[in-house]
Amino acid sequence: MPPLPARLRIMDAPAPALSFVDQYGASRDDLPGSALPWLSALRETAIADFAADGLPTPRAEAWKYTSLRPLEKLAFEPVVNETISIDKLPTLLPHGQGGHRLVFVNGTFRADLSLLGDFPDGVEVNSLADLLTHDPETLEAHLGRFGVGEGQPMLALNTALMRDGLVLHIGAGVMVPMPIEVIYIGATPDTPRAFHPRNLIVLEPGSRATVIEHHAGLGTGGYLANSVSEVLVEAGAALHHYKVQADDIDAFHIATSHVRLEKDAVYDSFTLSTGARLSRQEISVRMVGAGAECHLNGAYMLRGAQHCDITTAIEHEAPNTSSREVFKGVIDDTARAVFQGRIVVHPKAQKSDGHQLSRALLLSDRAEIDAKPELEIYADDVKCSHGATAGDLDHAALFYLRSRGIPEATARHLLIEAFLTDTIHKIAAEGLCPA
Amino acid sequence: MLEIKSLHATIDGKEILRGLDLSIAAGEVHAIMGPNGSGKSTLAYVMTGREGYQVTDGEILFKGRDILAMTPEERAGEGLFLAFQYPVEIPGVPNTTFLKEALNAVRQYRGEPPLDAMQSLRLVRQKMKELGVTEELLKRAVNVGFSGGEKKRNEVLQMAVLDPALAVLDETDSGLDIDALKTVADGVNALRGPERSALVITHYQRLLDYIVPDKVHVLAAGRIVRSGGKELAQELEQSGYAAFAGAA
Repeated sequence: MPPLPARLRIMDAPAPALSFVDQYGASRDDLPGSALPWLSALRETAIADFAADGLPTPRAEAWKYTSLRPLEKLAFEPVVNETISIDKLPTLLPHGQGGHRLVFVNGTFRADLSLLGDFPDGVEVNSLADLLTHDPETLEAHLGRFGVGEGQPMLALNTALMRDGLVLHIGAGVMVPMPIEVIYIGATPDTPRAFHPRNLIVLEPGSRATVIEHHAGLGTGGYLANSVSEVLVEAGAALHHYKVQADDIDAFHIATSHVRLEKDAVYDSFTLSTGARLSRQEISVRMVGAGAECHLNGAYMLRGAQHCDITTAIEHEAPNTSSREVFKGVIDDTARAVFQGRIVVHPKAQKSDGHQLSRALLLSDRAEIDAKPELEIYADDVKCSHGATAGDLDHAALFYLRSRGIPEATARHLLIEAFLTDTIHKIAAEGLCPA
Repeated sequence: MLEIKSLHATIDGKEILRGLDLSIAAGEVHAIMGPNGSGKSTLAYVMTGREGYQVTDGEILFKGRDILAMTPEERAGEGLFLAFQYPVEIPGVPNTTFLKEALNAVRQYRGEPPLDAMQSLRLVRQKMKELGVTEELLKRAVNVGFSGGEKKRNEVLQMAVLDPALAVLDETDSGLDIDALKTVADGVNALRGPERSALVITHYQRLLDYIVPDKVHVLAAGRIVRSGGKELAQELEQSGYAAFAGAA
């Protein structure tokens, strides 16, 4: 089919997409880096892709259980140059220990709230907006290398409208001893805001760092946080990437990560999701170097009518690569969780192993989990497994605890905590205190 | 202490207890013996309030109070304790946490101030020492990876810590070697006193060599068919339960 004229393609898209597309049209010349031809080309392609696809709905296989149609009912305003005062930072780092903290409010970097301690030589931490204005050449090699044109409308939307985010570059062999905390605060002073944080993390060979993302709201109403992270871990480097998603209960949290692992690189991630009315965490990992290793773990706790979608895709593209994936969640009321986990072992990825587990604890009759594990194996000498379980609390254990005098509510709490304990341990081990 | 009158109970509509009467005075230890399927465990679960058991008639008075309307945790607070035949494994809940939670819940019910982590640990350690239970059991998750003997020792430890007025021991001797059996018996005997009672449910007479009962009852087909002194246990060991099969 010949491509339609641009304007027609836009008209075909559903109404809210039109509004995002209009936002792009109106702000095109004000977006950071608008004078850069390579970036403008990237944005133009992205907005055309988004306009063609519109907001994702279950018609797309990757969005089978999650619809962004609720977004249609809301008119989100773009965030442009406003300074919202923040009384108390929702920091996860223990007090008085120093460290590094970058704060973004509605996606915009706030130097006044941030704390950049002494980094070792070879570490560069910047805000994307700043780099696009002052030193854009350093970004061209990596920014937007993933995703555009691959049927990912939310990533495309981010690419078109991105203004700011974290850009972290760790030089070869550099170990960053303290965790780097990145706090994303969503605030709705009057009308709902939409923002599109864009993070770029590059670890050069043999380096090591820990990044902690903390997403929280001010409790002032709904917003759409549509973030994208591009992560490159070069040979022998290791990134520990932890995330606490405690966005406002009216918020929409969409996060897409693309991770590329080279030879013997390690990517270790943990995501704790408790917030947002609708959240989607999509993580794609390509292990392109032999011996690469990834751990994708997470836990979620949902109540009310919350919806939490965890979609992962792990590509074993080189020999001796390994992946471990455990997601556990507790679902109450009419909340719904989605776990889609795909593992692909390519023909060249001999001696690889991939293991995946999804476990859900359903606390009410109307709570729901949709689990869709997928294994595609094209190599013969590999070890792979997947499992998905869903169930309610162990009644025998509950009675046992109660028979010892422990009130039912406390007993349930103990059992829920026990169910999550080995995943939560992961984050506690880092000395963090999730809210 | 305990007064059970004409107790009828069903599981899934099937009647298991059919008019059971039992009376235990303060300070007494009673044993209930009976063949498999006679309703021994059902009695233990009905007394402690496990879901799935329907009491269709009769009453249970504990220290003069009707406990059938109480939740399991309230009954524990009142001083009722069941040592399980099959203690439940609870992965992820450390044994120390469990003991502290249980102790403080019961203390709160009884109007006593809660103990902090150090105080409760001290109390637990002291009981462990008295019972000869190894420290190792504290570090692990509740009953997870415990041998049969360790599980039963853990039951007796909980009993000692919670200090119940009436302890019900459901087949506590099953699967125990002689050393574990002695630990269990010592634990129960240590709790004996003028204000405390115990109900020992067992298939075999063996445990009663170590916990000598004041009275022995034979349970068959859901009711007590014979009661006597401790010598009744020996008699049953000789003759078996066949004689009671028709009694119901």
